[in-house]
Formats: sequence, structure tokens, C-alpha cells
Amino acid sequence: MADMSTTLAGAALPNPVMTASGCAANGQELHRFLPVSELGAFVTKTVMRDPRSGRPTPRMAETASGMLNSIGLQGPGIDAFCAKDLPWLAEQGARVLVSVAGTTAEEFGEVVQRLVASPAWECVIGVEANISCPNVANRGLVFACDPGSSERVVQIVRTRVPEGVPVFAKLTPDVTDIVAIADAALGAGADGLTMINTLLGIVIDTDLLRPQLAGVTGGLSGPAVRPVAVRAIWQVVAAMRAGTLPVAPVIGVGGVRTGADALELVAAGASAVQVGTATFNDPDAPRRVLTELEAELDRHGLARFADAVGIAHERMVRL
Amino acid sequence: MSSGVVQVAGEVVANRRVGAYQQLTLLAPGVAGLARPGQFVALAVGGPTSANLLRRCFSIHRVEEAGSDGGTVDVVVAAHGPGTRWLTALGPHDAVDVVAPLGQPFPLPAEPVACVLVGGGYGSAPLFWLAEALRERGCHVEMVLGAASADRLYGVAHARDVADGVSVTTDDGSAGTRGRVSDVLGEVVERTSSVVVYACGPMAMLRAVTEVSAAYGAVAHVAVEESMACGIGVCMTCVMPVTGDDGVTRMVRSCVEGPVFRGDRVRWDAFDGGVCRVPDDAVGAPRAGGH
Repeated sequence: MADMSTTLAGAALPNPVMTASGCAANGQELHRFLPVSELGAFVTKTVMRDPRSGRPTPRMAETASGMLNSIGLQGPGIDAFCAKDLPWLAEQGARVLVSVAGTTAEEFGEVVQRLVASPAWECVIGVEANISCPNVANRGLVFACDPGSSERVVQIVRTRVPEGVPVFAKLTPDVTDIVAIADAALGAGADGLTMINTLLGIVIDTDLLRPQLAGVTGGLSGPAVRPVAVRAIWQVVAAMRAGTLPVAPVIGVGGVRTGADALELVAAGASAVQVGTATFNDPDAPRRVLTELEAELDRHGLARFADAVGIAHERMVRL
Repeated sequence: MSSGVVQVAGEVVANRRVGAYQQLTLLAPGVAGLARPGQFVALAVGGPTSANLLRRCFSIHRVEEAGSDGGTVDVVVAAHGPGTRWLTALGPHDAVDVVAPLGQPFPLPAEPVACVLVGGGYGSAPLFWLAEALRERGCHVEMVLGAASADRLYGVAHARDVADGVSVTTDDGSAGTRGRVSDVLGEVVERTSSVVVYACGPMAMLRAVTEVSAAYGAVAHVAVEESMACGIGVCMTCVMPVTGDDGVTRMVRSCVEGPVFRGDRVRWDAFDGGVCRVPDDAVGAPRAGGH
């Protein structure tokens, strides 16, 4: 059996499989199927400063090997999160990666400030700055579409998270040059990157001949987007290996349903993998993906998970 | 949170046509002993490599606890999309991944009061074992079943076995009284002095049932049919505005807080034209510009 441990900018995890933000609520529902402490880390639903109702319904449309969602960051707000959700996760022994967002860079800072003050802060192994959620009324608010905005948010988050706890910037693939955004985030102090968030899409209801989602646009996720995730990870990690981008750990996310899917992201350079939409199909998916990934590593004779990270860059046939 | 839910590798025992619908009996060890009327199952469709990832949710029609094989659960399915077509084409021994039981059941009255159970189309599916549970408590049970046409009714004969009285309506008059269930409900509530109405069916019907029940002094408990991606409370797609005991409206998950709600707590004013907006007074409602 391969050694599955992984280290993300100082955060040591027993295994590399996590939930994905917005795909596992804040743990209690999934815990009925899968103890949250068995995960490498539990990734929370993105928390903002104030309670938020989210968008109107329908919020969901099934697509080929995926789905479109337009939840709109529904959540209880940071105070309720710190009072209820985080202490519950701490009690279960979960390692928690907290996903945070704000409508302004300053709001990101406020959320982090209150998070750090929580008595349950000890269970937090990292903070994921969600600068790439597409479900906002103003697309201009997708910070990760612009290097300057990404920089400002990451800077303020990094300043307010204590030293030793890594900050990850979650990026969107809906940009011309993801390496430039990665460079801005790392330059502003991000310790690592999470790639990818959903892709912006629209589904038309062919009976009603109108957009199926009440919010018109939504984020595309599921196995259909996996090649996009692999490509984004590949490009960023290739730039790191070429010395044109600072070296930092990447958390891969996008369309992982099986251990072989996870291995794709890992071979492209991800040091950990999040399982998102697949959890809707199979509540046990994160645990199953870990078991299957272990079997994949054994099949390849790899003694350590770490040996598989980025391996495809070495094995690529150079023409 | 209660952990009274299981994920099991289910197996089709029987799949038979009932009117315009298919009734599936699934071997699903552990579900029967946990389930209560009003709860639902979430079924994966298309097998492990399916391109249809979202779970399909169905009210539980009946359960049977059994010793050696672990028990069965029945659901009623109408084939209208790729997932339901896959399910209705299954044969004996085919595998189906089952997550159940999910959601809140119909609350049962403490006293042996008179009740009316209202079903629209195959929305009547969960009402038969509810009727049995109510009659075991000494309740007088009447059922009102309605549909667009006679072939879309579900379980009229079954209703006569489990209820003290049955009324039927169809939009086109092909069976029973021409009209909607809400057209005859008031008379049934009044005649039976019912204080509780249970209903399952389309949103517009549930709204009408809630209004008629209130007008005749009965409380309506309605099981909603919201589209869900997961059924277990993690995806946040099945939310709807419901007012809590504190008088505050929140966008709540119909899979976890529902699917059964008190009809007078549902913000029907938010539903219009196939869309449900967020009421301005809901917790965290968007300010100008939206979310």
C-alpha cells in the first residue's frame, strides 16, 4: 500500500482526498455516510460575512456528464458558521479547509478576521479564497478574471491569516491566461492554488424555450469539465517547472468521479484532489476515490502518493 | 442529525405497469425499518459510468420489512426523461443504488381525528401507507385523487381498500367529478369534520389544497416535489421559501427540512411561472442587483 500522506505548504494531511466547496455543505449531512475525519481535509461551503439566501430556483440543470448550478453562495454568514459549523467539524476531528468569499476585497478580510477569532480555529488547516464563483449578479465581481483584483483579495486574506496556516486561491478556467492569474495570486502571498472552479454556462429549456435556470447563467461542473481542470493544472505546473512561476502546491478539483480521474489531476501536478459533483451522485464518492486512487498507485508500483505528483510532465514524449 | 439513512446496493424485484406509471419494487436492505410515510428515496440512474449524475427522488409508496432478504421499498415512476426512462426499463435483478429514507415524514395526529388525503396524479403514491398508519390510530380517513385524465390517476382501487371514502376528479371528466381536487376538497373536509389534510402533487395543487383547507378550518401538510440534485442536503438546489416558528422566512432545503411542510408556512406568493423567487423579507435576500 502506497504512503498516501501529502503536505500542502506546511499542512500535513494523512491523505490527499478532500470534499469540494459547495458540494458537501458543512459536513453534517455527509457525515451520515462518511466520517468527515477520514477525509484528507473537509472543504466547507464558501462562507461570506452576512447570511445570504442565494438565488431563485430553478438553480440546477443536468447536462451531459455534469450539471449547471446557480446557488449564489447561499449560507448562514461567518458568525453562525463560527458558532455552529466550525465547532461541529472540530468535534469530529476533521481537518478543515475553510472556503471564504466577499463581495469586496475588504469583506474577504472581515470574514477571515472573524474566522481566525473562532474558538474552533485550531481545526483549520488552511483557507481557500474563493475568488472565482461565477454565480454572482455582476460578473465583474469574479475577482479571478483579473490579475489586479486577484492580487488585492489574496493580499488582504494572507495578511489576516496567521503565519503557518496556508492560503489557497481558487481560480477559474474562464480566463485567457490562467498562468497570469496564478502568478498574481502567488505574488500576492498565496501559498497554493486550487484549480478549477466551475465554468460559466447556460442551458435552454427546449419545452419552454427559455433559460432553464432562473438566474440564467450557472457554473458547469462534473466529469464533463475534467479535461479543463487537467489542462489548467498542467499549464500552471508546467510554468512552475520551467521556472517562470513560483513553485507552490496545487489542489486539483474538477470532474473527479473515480480514482483514475484523481490520478489524472495528480499526474498533471496536483498535490491533493477535491471530489465535488460526484458526491451528489454517490455520497461515499470521496472515500471511494481515495480507495481507488490507492489501488491505482499500487498498480503503477508507486510507493508514495508524492511520487505521482506531476509525473506526467516527466513521462511526456518530447517531440 | 439523525443517521437514520442508508446507502445500499439495491436490486429490482419487480417492475410492473400501473395505469400510466411503473411501480418498482426494490430490494433495499435496511430501508424498510427506518422509513415513515412521506419520506423519499434518492436513486442513482444509468449505472456507475452514467452521464446522468443527479439522483432521482421518489416518494416511498410502500415498504415491506422481511427477515432474510432485508426488506423492500416500492416507488411509482413516470417515464418523462432519461433518468426515469432508464428506471422504468429495469428488469428483475438489475442493480440500483439506493439512498433512503430521506426527509421529514408526514406528522401523525396524536388523537384519532378525521383526515383527508389528497393526491394529484402519481403524487398519491405515498398516501396509501399513510392512510393505513392513520387508520391504525383510529382516524377516519378519506382520500381525494385527481389527475388530468382517467389514465393519469394512480391507485383508485387501492384507495378504496385503505380509506373510509374516496372521491375522484379529472380535468377532462373522464373519471369522477370534472374539475380539480380542490373543487371537491372543501365538501369532503366539511362532511367529515376533518382537521388535518395531507397532500402530495404539483405545487399549484398544493397551494390550492392549502387555501381550501384553511378556509374549512383544517391544517394542510403538503409533500412538495422540488427538483433535487443530491437528495441528502448538500447541493442546495431544492430550496424554497418557508416561514419558521419564529415568523421568519428562510430559503430551506426541501430534501432535509421537507419534503413535508405545513402548507400555511410555504410562501406560495414566491412561486410563479415555473420560477420561485426569493421573497424580499427572506433571511439574506439580495439587495438591489441580486446575488
